[in-house]
Amino acid sequence: MAAMYFSKEHEWVNVDGGKGKVGISDHAAHELGDVTFVELPRVGATVKQFGLLGSIESVKAASDIYAPVSGKVVAVNSALDVTPELVNESAEEAAWMAEIEIADAAELQNLMTREQYDAYLKTL
Amino acid sequence: MEILQQTPLCSRHRDLKALMAPFGGWDMPIQYEGIIAEHAWCRSQAALFDICHMGEFLFQGDFEAGGLEDVFTFSVKTIPPGRSRYGFLLNEQGGIIDDLIVFRLAGDKVMIVVNAATADNDFTVIGSRLRGGEFTNITTATGKLDIQGPLAREVLVEAFGGQIAAIPYFKFISMDILGVEAIVSRTGYTGELGYEIFLPAGKTAELWDLLLKDRRVKPAGLGARDVLRLEVGYSLYGSDIDEATTPLEAGLEGFVNFDKQFVGREALLKQKDGGAARQKIAFQVSGRRSPRHHYEIFSGQQQVGSVTSGVFSPMLACGVGIGFVSAGDYPVGAPLTISHERVSMEATVCELPFFKDGSLRS
Repeated sequence: MAAMYFSKEHEWVNVDGGKGKVGISDHAAHELGDVTFVELPRVGATVKQFGLLGSIESVKAASDIYAPVSGKVVAVNSALDVTPELVNESAEEAAWMAEIEIADAAELQNLMTREQYDAYLKTL
Repeated sequence: MEILQQTPLCSRHRDLKALMAPFGGWDMPIQYEGIIAEHAWCRSQAALFDICHMGEFLFQGDFEAGGLEDVFTFSVKTIPPGRSRYGFLLNEQGGIIDDLIVFRLAGDKVMIVVNAATADNDFTVIGSRLRGGEFTNITTATGKLDIQGPLAREVLVEAFGGQIAAIPYFKFISMDILGVEAIVSRTGYTGELGYEIFLPAGKTAELWDLLLKDRRVKPAGLGARDVLRLEVGYSLYGSDIDEATTPLEAGLEGFVNFDKQFVGREALLKQKDGGAARQKIAFQVSGRRSPRHHYEIFSGQQQVGSVTSGVFSPMLACGVGIGFVSAGDYPVGAPLTISHERVSMEATVCELPFFKDGSLRS
């Protein structure tokens, strides 16, 4: 059973077994506006929780994307190279950015559940 | 604290759920549906823009005796009635105080249309250079809607009659719209066939509603307007040109008439003689990354300048930008690197406009 966790920087990780797909939240995609470019990490790269994972550009702004968990990047969603607008259409599903082999499941405690994240958004 | 001015359409924008932001001292719509969708609509149909924030002044009197003839980089008295002309208001150093358009309304009367953020200062500067005539600021009394896109002509003709079909580029007519006198001008800031309509502020909302009833027309915000203007290489005051930039550096010498007097002429002649120290260049990025204002421009290992405007161009499907570099030889196709912090993108020098296939002159 997959479970989704969110960071304060608006990334999500959808944990399935020892791996998790990661992306940015619908809220973040909406705030960015029309996404025009996504910089994906390299497959095989090692990332640290809350360390740099990639970046995303919209007509309005450029932002860094941080890894919600530590681990090794085992896959990237290369559809985003040609259709970055997928982020606006389906930020929390089709527009996953990378799949990470989770190094330490205990790190998930540093993230929020969807209910906690929704409550967090109301405080912004 | 700065209090933002509101256009007569403020409540319309809120009803349309527009994203609003301050621009030039006004509370303006940045986007409705989304910048890319609004941009595409303008390039293919007809987009409607609230441009009430721009400044309008009237001058009535003798252009030469009143001093207006020497205020701008172009001659006012030689503009035929019914035509408009683009150019600059300069300081003594040749720096651009504003870029503007003068509309010749009658033998002794012009309307001067200026940028929003600079309007108050422009009014003071122009006023200080006049020796006579009647000079008035009609910005708040004047509404301005731009309808731009390949279908703009047929929309307006169906709504207001066939005389609009005959207006050539940079000409305008005065006509009755909704029972008031309006100016319909074949000008714009998008590279598409389009019109700027000036009318009394109190009638703007009625015209807005009427035009939006046409299914070929959708509202577009300043976000799309910025992408549209940059794709066709138009300068944005405050980003690409300012008081520290001369028309020569900005590659806009074509809008300067050296055969007449104007403030800043001596400085420009001197710069023409000695050569400007910097110049404007346009470049295209290989890939979808956007260059942005203040990103650095490198030629080889050497930083040669910085970006003043950059955006992802939906028409070219790549990043495009303009910037200023120290004077040198930058032939079309020459490689550049645009970088900022850990972002770096390869680019090549290109000609303006980036997008050449607009309906502007159709």
